Amino acid sequence: MAGIFHSVKLNREKCKGCTTCLGCPTEAIRVRNGKAAIVPERCIDCGLCIRVCPYHAKEAQSDSLDDFKRFDFRVALPAPALYGQFNPKITVDKILAGLIKLGFDDVFEVASAAEIAAVETRRVMAEKKDSFPLISSSCPAIVRLIQLRFPGLLDQVLRVESPMEIAARIVRQEIYPGKKNLGIFFISPCPAKITAVKNPLNKPRSEVDGIIPIKDIYLPLLASLSEVDVPEKKQASSFLGISWAVSQGEGDNVGGFNIAAVDGILNAAKMFEEMENRRLRNVDFIEAMACPGGCVGGPLTVENPYIAKARIRNKALELSSVMEGAPQPFLTKVNTRWLNEDLKPRPIQKLDDNFQRAIEMMDQMEKLATGLPGLDCGACGAPSCRALAEDIVRGTARKNDCIFVLREEIRSLSINLAELGAWVPQSMKRDNEE
Amino acid sequence: MEDTVLFRKQYVISADDPLTFGEASSDIKKTLKQLGVPPDVIRRAAVSMYEAEINTIIHGGGGEGEVFIYAGRVKIVFRDQGPGIPDIEKAMQPGFSTASEKAREMGFGAGLGLPNIKKNSDEFTIESEPGKGTTVTIIVRL
Repeated sequence: MAGIFHSVKLNREKCKGCTTCLGCPTEAIRVRNGKAAIVPERCIDCGLCIRVCPYHAKEAQSDSLDDFKRFDFRVALPAPALYGQFNPKITVDKILAGLIKLGFDDVFEVASAAEIAAVETRRVMAEKKDSFPLISSSCPAIVRLIQLRFPGLLDQVLRVESPMEIAARIVRQEIYPGKKNLGIFFISPCPAKITAVKNPLNKPRSEVDGIIPIKDIYLPLLASLSEVDVPEKKQASSFLGISWAVSQGEGDNVGGFNIAAVDGILNAAKMFEEMENRRLRNVDFIEAMACPGGCVGGPLTVENPYIAKARIRNKALELSSVMEGAPQPFLTKVNTRWLNEDLKPRPIQKLDDNFQRAIEMMDQMEKLATGLPGLDCGACGAPSCRALAEDIVRGTARKNDCIFVLREEIRSLSINLAELGAWVPQSMKRDNEE
Repeated sequence: MEDTVLFRKQYVISADDPLTFGEASSDIKKTLKQLGVPPDVIRRAAVSMYEAEINTIIHGGGGEGEVFIYAGRVKIVFRDQGPGIPDIEKAMQPGFSTASEKAREMGFGAGLGLPNIKKNSDEFTIESEPGKGTTVTIIVRL
């Protein structure tokens, strides 16, 4: 699958080959030749490895702050998570003015588009009561997680476009139709959004031209904020829109249903596990966010997720809880659904296309697993003993990669050697030896 | 060939620890995914097995589970030495439940377990003798 775009990349020089990143939710990482290696077919660009790597060896491939200069007219789409990155005294209007000072010609708040996405979500919820619980489609890492690990739940994924994409459609089709050399840039908290733009699952191409990580724009924006005195009143987003940046925020937008909000990709996986067992009763809607605390916990943000979350909540409470202003005129104008709704499963767990062969491999795996220590130490480079057994059966690892198996082999070899060393052939034996 | 067991797994089902409830079904679900069984079939097998596993726990007081995979089907068997089911036909009615208050507090015992198994499986049999126990056999075709 060479050529498939992934935002998350390894910086080989910084990687020490430690095993911290092996807790990947899709088991996409192995340590090979002393360095972490990402299996492209399995990576969902959730960025958990970026967050946990102690050496900052996992990076997000993105556009640079200079990239937007190649466009004649540039529009910034700030994610609502950006509002939680700064001192509470810095208003949303000031942040928007700061972006203009940085060289953007206009800004459109993704928070406003989120309010439009919420309207569409409520519409779909009313239509698809038979398929409850439905799963939010706003976090691209979650959608890919379901595609890979929980394909049986794909039909329950909402298929409402992300606020980012809706914002870009509004800018290109409604605010600046026909504008030449228009560049639309999303200010992103996460790598999954980068992949969603460069390699979209649900549409031929994204209307977003580039992505700038919050962490890359943070310092320049901080500097330009100090140049803004009294900012123009530009904020159009309401309580609902900016709450979208934090866990439970999207759920608050949907309202009127039984909503379970889960944050953190491993927690989400556990939720889907239970959903597959039909264990979730009396739940209509699952808001699932890959990052702790919601998008404010994105691996490309700067501020502590829970501090940022508190700031967003405080800012939201000062605002009206009804949609007003900017989003209203665009409500029925742009398409808010996925252009391609047919999402194919990509079952990574499948051992082989041939059932008989898969059974044989399964059998071997079970046998191998009983011979492994079950410590899941990661020293072999696989995330667990079962994963090593799977890798051995798939032919990508060997049993001796396990240091405990290796030690056992050396021990039995040394016993054999000692026995052989003590053995005296008949022709060399003397009378006093028996 | 049809009757050759290709793969077999056994589970001890304990009623003591709520954190382990449903673990056998989760494990089989993983196995079926690895074997490349279509998602819809996995869903039906996992739901049936989960309901039967919970029944073994809340009604049978624990027991054992066994799963057999054949070329065209998966067979799931749960056995317990619990109180048994006096009237199987009645037990099959949606909403009928003899679950204890404790089980209901844990969110079980809505009386939908057996009807759910019937709905999601291709064959479903219950053998039960009051005072001796219950054996449930579920077949889902692959």
